[in-house]
Amino acid sequence: MASLAWRNLFHDRVRLVVTLVGIVFSVVLTSIQMGLFLGFVRATSDLIDRSGADLWVASSGVVNLENGIPFSERKFYQAQGIAGVADVRRLTINFATWKKPSGSDESILLIGVEVEGGMGTPWNLVEGRIEDLHQPDAVIVDELYKSKLGVTGIGQTVEIMGRRARVVGFTRGIRTFTTSPAVFTTLDRARRYFGLPADQAIFLLVRLSNGADIEVVRQALKERLTFVEVLRTTEFARRQAFYWMFETGAGVSVLIAALLGLIVGVVVVAQTIYASTMDHLREYGTLKAMGASNGYLYGVIIRQSVISAVIGYSIGIAISLAVATTSQKTTTAIILPGWILGTLFLVTLLMCMLASVVSINKVTRLDPAMVFKG
Amino acid sequence: MMIEVCGVTKSYGAGDATVHALNRVDLSVSAGEMLFLMGPSGSGKTTLLSIMGCILRPTSGAVRIAGQEVTGLSERQLPRIRLEQIGFIFQGFNLFPALTVRENIELALNLKGIRGNESRRRSEVLLERVGLRDKAGQWPTNLSGGQKQRVAIARALAGEPGIILADEPTAALDGTTGRAILDLLRELAHEKGRTIVVVTHDNRALPYADRIVTIEDGQISGQGPEKGDG
Repeated sequence: MASLAWRNLFHDRVRLVVTLVGIVFSVVLTSIQMGLFLGFVRATSDLIDRSGADLWVASSGVVNLENGIPFSERKFYQAQGIAGVADVRRLTINFATWKKPSGSDESILLIGVEVEGGMGTPWNLVEGRIEDLHQPDAVIVDELYKSKLGVTGIGQTVEIMGRRARVVGFTRGIRTFTTSPAVFTTLDRARRYFGLPADQAIFLLVRLSNGADIEVVRQALKERLTFVEVLRTTEFARRQAFYWMFETGAGVSVLIAALLGLIVGVVVVAQTIYASTMDHLREYGTLKAMGASNGYLYGVIIRQSVISAVIGYSIGIAISLAVATTSQKTTTAIILPGWILGTLFLVTLLMCMLASVVSINKVTRLDPAMVFKG
Repeated sequence: MMIEVCGVTKSYGAGDATVHALNRVDLSVSAGEMLFLMGPSGSGKTTLLSIMGCILRPTSGAVRIAGQEVTGLSERQLPRIRLEQIGFIFQGFNLFPALTVRENIELALNLKGIRGNESRRRSEVLLERVGLRDKAGQWPTNLSGGQKQRVAIARALAGEPGIILADEPTAALDGTTGRAILDLLRELAHEKGRTIVVVTHDNRALPYADRIVTIEDGQISGQGPEKGDG
């Protein structure tokens, strides 16, 4: 005989669908909000995480990538002389104005990199090569922002800060948290766009030699270079994410939305499971009269909630993954890593079981007269 | 005695607002006896049935089931008494709509730890006994009221209890079907010496009683072998 829990669930298809819709709604809502939050966090720090550097040297007190203060290039040469340093590259970054072919302006995040060395350079190129940045006026943009930047293909010319620029390549999936798309060019050209003196840089990206102790090198850099901070890449990425997520308040709303999603989800699931148990209350009362122990009743109710949770989660997460996959083609990515899927499964299971435990209280305190009423 | 109720009181509320659903009730029912509890609505019949069925605890007094004092048993021990000693028949049948007729009976057997082929065999024997073997695979919703009550009787018998407590078993049935159900219950009482307590308002059922106990305002107001006109 199939279990009573299974039969109870599948006998009334309409009620099952209502229960599952509640759980699916909750899973989709929660996972999408969490995925959006993670997507935003990644967008804030992706340029740092994917820089390929072990250490970042920045002006003292820097709070985020976009607001670095230029310092003397002498530090670049001093850093090269530190034991354990394999390579040092300069990077400038700032907001700039991009004039579209149509004539309208767009804010961009202009990043000037040293093409050689592979630190801070663009990744995921789908058209063109990094070396193409050596061409006159060359810039590389992300294909997600083609429309926003008013470009359609390689070779198109635009203006950055009133100077000529030409698109030589496209990347895929380099997003920024702000609405300003990332645009890559060479260090020297970026300096010219910004009007930055040729002996100044905003960041130094440091790669360590094989076997070098990162903390030892960091300490040596801090002692040698004055008025700067030396940060591990992960540390700077965290600082950057924290700045955009919390100090600007921009991410707080996303986080609150994610938490609200979770709370609404818990409430929806709790109510759905509770209502489902209440619908069967008379049957539980009958079972109790027949001599079923409370443990047996708990088993039936919890099994029902677990089956509902597993089915609802599976459908919900399939929908969320489809939405997340589609989002990869947009400027707002929804990221659903394995740990989020696993955590959500446990949360769904837990909230379904908790909701059923609440209704179990009702079952254990059943008025026996209810069983006898016709 | 299969059931002994001694000085049982069941009260609700406190102080001046106390309501006595039962007030110092004494009642004994012997094996093989078919006892009818009668009385107006709200007189305490169902409360007494619930206490005899170990579903409700009395406020004071003692209850013995098959010689065992059950008043002091814990919430963990009472289901065992119900499972081993008591079968219930309800006015509204209380069948599980998600289970077939056979599965409704098997569920009761499963609770006693009887599963698999043995459970199936026993459920078929019980269905045969109530004349519904051909309905084994049907859903309860497809049965008539009389058939549902027969299934409920078969389910109540599944655990081979010594006591069957029936709450208005004929209330939802027409006269002919009701009489057939009462015939069946009487046979069950007499063939294996089961104790059957029936709560009813139905005067047509009285000829089936071995004894009739009348309750009013929570107290036994009369009892005897007198039977109605039938």
